[in-house]
Amino acid sequence: METNLANPSAAPAACSSHELCVSDLTVSYHRVPALHHVSFQVACGQCVALLGPNGAGKSTLLKTLAGLVRMETGSIRFHGHEVKGATKDFAYLPQREQIDWDFPTTVRGIVEMGRYLRLGWWRRFGGEDFDAVEEALKAMELKPIEHRQINALSGGQQQRAFLARALAQQAHVVLFDEPFTGLDKPTQDNLKRLLKTLRDQGKLVIASHHDLATVPEIFDRVILLNGELMAAGPVSEVFHEANISKTYSTRVFSGLDHGLAV
Amino acid sequence: MDWLFKSLQHDFMQRSLVACVLIGFTNGFLGAFVVLRRLALMADSLSHSLLPGLAVGLILFGLAPAGLFFGALVAALIVALGAQLLAKGSRIKEDTALGILYTVAFSVGIVIISKVKVRVSLLHYLFGNILGVSNSDLWVIYGISLVIIPLLVGLQRPLMLTLFDPSVAKSQGVRVTALNLVLMISLVLSMIASLQAVGVILLLGLLISPAATMYLLCDSYPMMLWGGGLLGMIGSCLGLLLSDWFNLPSGACIVLVLGFFFCLAYLFSPRYGLLPKLTKRRHFHDQSLARWPHDEA
Repeated sequence: METNLANPSAAPAACSSHELCVSDLTVSYHRVPALHHVSFQVACGQCVALLGPNGAGKSTLLKTLAGLVRMETGSIRFHGHEVKGATKDFAYLPQREQIDWDFPTTVRGIVEMGRYLRLGWWRRFGGEDFDAVEEALKAMELKPIEHRQINALSGGQQQRAFLARALAQQAHVVLFDEPFTGLDKPTQDNLKRLLKTLRDQGKLVIASHHDLATVPEIFDRVILLNGELMAAGPVSEVFHEANISKTYSTRVFSGLDHGLAV
Repeated sequence: MDWLFKSLQHDFMQRSLVACVLIGFTNGFLGAFVVLRRLALMADSLSHSLLPGLAVGLILFGLAPAGLFFGALVAALIVALGAQLLAKGSRIKEDTALGILYTVAFSVGIVIISKVKVRVSLLHYLFGNILGVSNSDLWVIYGISLVIIPLLVGLQRPLMLTLFDPSVAKSQGVRVTALNLVLMISLVLSMIASLQAVGVILLLGLLISPAATMYLLCDSYPMMLWGGGLLGMIGSCLGLLLSDWFNLPSGACIVLVLGFFFCLAYLFSPRYGLLPKLTKRRHFHDQSLARWPHDEA
């Protein structure tokens, strides 16, 4: 296995419990790599920002963690176990455009969906499930609007509904694709607060983000990405001018210039 | 009152009514998936592609239901898979591929029918004639309903996750591709069961109108499934009785009744209907006053 020169510290052996360790991850679309040999380590109880220019592979990384995209090389370990494909421990919250908002369901219905995976096909929706849903609705401050159809929600409420679903699912890792896009300031503040709630419950929140100005107030750690890993670590250590400009100005191997693309 | 149900004493009428109950429910239930996944065009294509299968089955095996059933199944599968292949291998999108394939298949069916002698019986399959349901047809209907309904009820939860958001469902370990296949096969089977009742051309109406009606009436997924089934059942039976009383074609009557239900929902649904929307006050005065309580100070 090839070791990653950009981040030699992330050897798979050092991965303890309560940690998510990605090592040497490569993902390609049609033979053009979107992520090259990315390695990093994050722990539960952290709020991690995924930063980088358009096409840097932020969404790809989230989808790979969610088990939606096949890895070409590398491994993902969580809680000391190898993660292969989809898992109930990870909740993936897609970008809002992907969802059919006319679907005949309510806020409560969405949150209940989070329990279905735990229940399987047949088992009845029991007291424990009901409590988990209740708790999630309360934590995300959705109780007053629990019976609304999902199209009758504001953008912030929709985000919260999906966060509540992740909570009800009892996922340990929440993967969030551009959660702050298109939200106004008060809604952003609210979401920020709720992400911190999740973090304080010991969840690991990983969110792609593009507003650099708000990074320090929302997140504890950053992963700077541009096809390859540029830097990863606590905001105070890694999130500085040099790293940022390096991330946003590097041209990445895309295959196209080299005549490799199909 | 007696004249209304007099004909129910006849054997064929009882058989037809049982067929209506089963077919109506199966289609209504399945329709929710078609409506929510926007598969109406796909369903229409599949139903039309049954015709050449029936014609070839007729030539090869005669009028035996098993042969017709087999022919229809093969034809539908060829069109469904062919469209996928066409769409994958070129810049043609799937709806276009389906459109081409099913019209070609339907034309093949028409050409074959014009050349074979037993034209009349095939015309039944074009427009349906539920009064002609035989005992063996009824067995096919029983069998298919008994497979599809328990299967779909059992798969309700993963199907819901898939319908709502395939990518998230996949990330949670739901086997999306397999479920889609199950859905597609159920669709073809229920169509074959319904051929005798409403025919190739009107099948789509029986399939999607109950679900579309429920879609306008409720915000609950289980309600849409079961309500659609119930509505399909009631509509089919009512259509059958109407066709009997007024001596009209049965398939068309069933679809007309279901269409009428849809119109009612479209106009009067409390939440999504046209009339309540037009007559509703533009502004929620009470609610907005509640948000800014002026008199508290």
